[in-house]
Amino acid sequence: MTNQPSFVFDTELHLVVLTGIKARSLAELQAELPRAPGSSIFFHTHQEYLSHEFQRSRHYNDFARWVSETLREEALAEKLAAIDLLAFTTIRQLRDAIIQTVDAYLSELDRAPYECRPEDAFHFCRSRSFVLPTGLVADDVEDFFRKVASISNASLYFHFFEARLRLGRRTSDFSRWLTDRGRPDLAKAIDALNPYIRTLDELRRDIVQLGTGASE
Amino acid sequence: MSAHLEDYRPIVGAQVIDELRMLAGRVGHRRLQHVNSTSVGGGVAEILTRMVPLLRDLGIDTTWDVIKGNEAFFAVTKAFHNALHGGTEHISEEMFDVFRSTTEMNLADLDAYGDVVVIHDPQPAGLIARKPEVGGRWLWRCHIDVSTPDPRVWRFLKEYVAQYDASIFSMPDFAQQLTIPQYMVPPSIDPLSDKNRELSDDEVAAVVERYGLDPERPILTQISRFDRLKDPLGVLHAYRLVRRRHDCQLLLAGGGATDDPEGEEVLREVRDAAGDDPDIHVLELPHFSDLDINALVRGSTVVMQKSIKEGFGLTVTEALWKRKPVIGGAVGGIRLQILNGVTGFLVHSPEGAANRVVELLGDPTLREAVGAAGHAHVKENFLTTRHMRDYLLLMLAMEHDDTDLSVLTGSA
Repeated sequence: MTNQPSFVFDTELHLVVLTGIKARSLAELQAELPRAPGSSIFFHTHQEYLSHEFQRSRHYNDFARWVSETLREEALAEKLAAIDLLAFTTIRQLRDAIIQTVDAYLSELDRAPYECRPEDAFHFCRSRSFVLPTGLVADDVEDFFRKVASISNASLYFHFFEARLRLGRRTSDFSRWLTDRGRPDLAKAIDALNPYIRTLDELRRDIVQLGTGASE
Repeated sequence: MSAHLEDYRPIVGAQVIDELRMLAGRVGHRRLQHVNSTSVGGGVAEILTRMVPLLRDLGIDTTWDVIKGNEAFFAVTKAFHNALHGGTEHISEEMFDVFRSTTEMNLADLDAYGDVVVIHDPQPAGLIARKPEVGGRWLWRCHIDVSTPDPRVWRFLKEYVAQYDASIFSMPDFAQQLTIPQYMVPPSIDPLSDKNRELSDDEVAAVVERYGLDPERPILTQISRFDRLKDPLGVLHAYRLVRRRHDCQLLLAGGGATDDPEGEEVLREVRDAAGDDPDIHVLELPHFSDLDINALVRGSTVVMQKSIKEGFGLTVTEALWKRKPVIGGAVGGIRLQILNGVTGFLVHSPEGAANRVVELLGDPTLREAVGAAGHAHVKENFLTTRHMRDYLLLMLAMEHDDTDLSVLTGSA
């Protein structure tokens, strides 16, 4: 056994907050993106991953979906959907990438951008989150993988998505703890999982699978 | 019927119930007080009727008070309601005076004591004047579509709203320019209420036949208050277009709310338009017809909610929960519920509605697929358990600064 602390499983519950910021055209989106709160950028690029599979669009994030479904700017929607969220470790970097993508598209647009009806506007929201301990604690690596199998989607989402990008921990809480526990091999294997192309149920199953047979 | 949270475990799953208990532990002894304008009829009263006992079962000290008002007051608030929805209403200075004087009367009568006080909709909004005296945190919960409000009525109301600690809207489109935080909390339905609980095929057939409908032929149904914003005449038009291609019956059924004096007039217009077509059934259902409504929706082939304006559209939620294909007007909260082509169809005209009805009547597989997705969507987002969770989170939010993230460490 090492002297490293146990892993405490937390969960995150949130309320949606309306910022009052909205956009009806690409020009307005371009103008509002820099002033929208960072948590709003995170919200609109991540909320789909917590939802039921059938609710997911092929656009992966709210910006791409709105640009496609409302503004019908399919090429930009594809570019926004293609932004690799795993490539960023801070929301600032992610925001810059979105802004650059919109800027580049607008600079090459040879016509006036379409303005949608007021009822189809994009509304910037953000989440107001509460992090609470679930009561589940893992004392060792084997125990950790056993307990991961039973945690809620919200808990998995928090330790994987929120911790890495929104809390600026640069990696998932699981990988950090496993590294501290002397299992960088397992940490690396978890880092190699792309959470953005899996449902949370699939992600949980893949993590549990990695731990099969693992012991300290 | 007494409500027990544990009864919901088989429906929503253990995680949801355990999460609620965990949050309730955090909220502890803080008292929650709801105030609205009617105890029966309308979506707000329905939600509170079911949710207040469940919050109590969860250990939260929750109460519900109803303000008083005479016919003149409710005629004024109905006009305000229509004006806030963007309708054309003549609002006189006298009407503002009626609102102010009824508010004064209720200010004197109201026993305010909650640690968190939730005031629902415009009618009791003026009660905020009691806040400095009784303390606590006050939330204004808006259930109506205020995306394009009449500026004069909104300005009048905003004077009150701005004094609250926070506001709550049902969807992003309703957000306003306010200095107080604006939360988004969609409303919800209760899967165990008489209006929504499972019924046997025999129970459904018995009710459908009792109301004179033929269970062997397709039934198109719209259940909602007789209100112009629900466009019952548009539904009649759509039905007549469908009848050119398909045999079917039309059911338009609705009850009244004590704060809606316009209903009788609209009902008369609908009956006139229906004429003597024996396949059009216009029913004015009395209060407490929930089981009948449940059975009528379950016995329907396609459900419509062709609203022109809509706060949220709980009748849509109820039909989706019953796995019914729903065709809804592309307005307000209906757009949150109907993911077009996935959980139902959004339309903009009677013609559009008729086309979708014809498509659905001819394709039982499509009806089933859309119904299943709709049920799953409601289960995840629009059941009373999610609504309770949001209220508990709001109570916690009122205790903390408006930061993005609050870490609640230690055990409750």
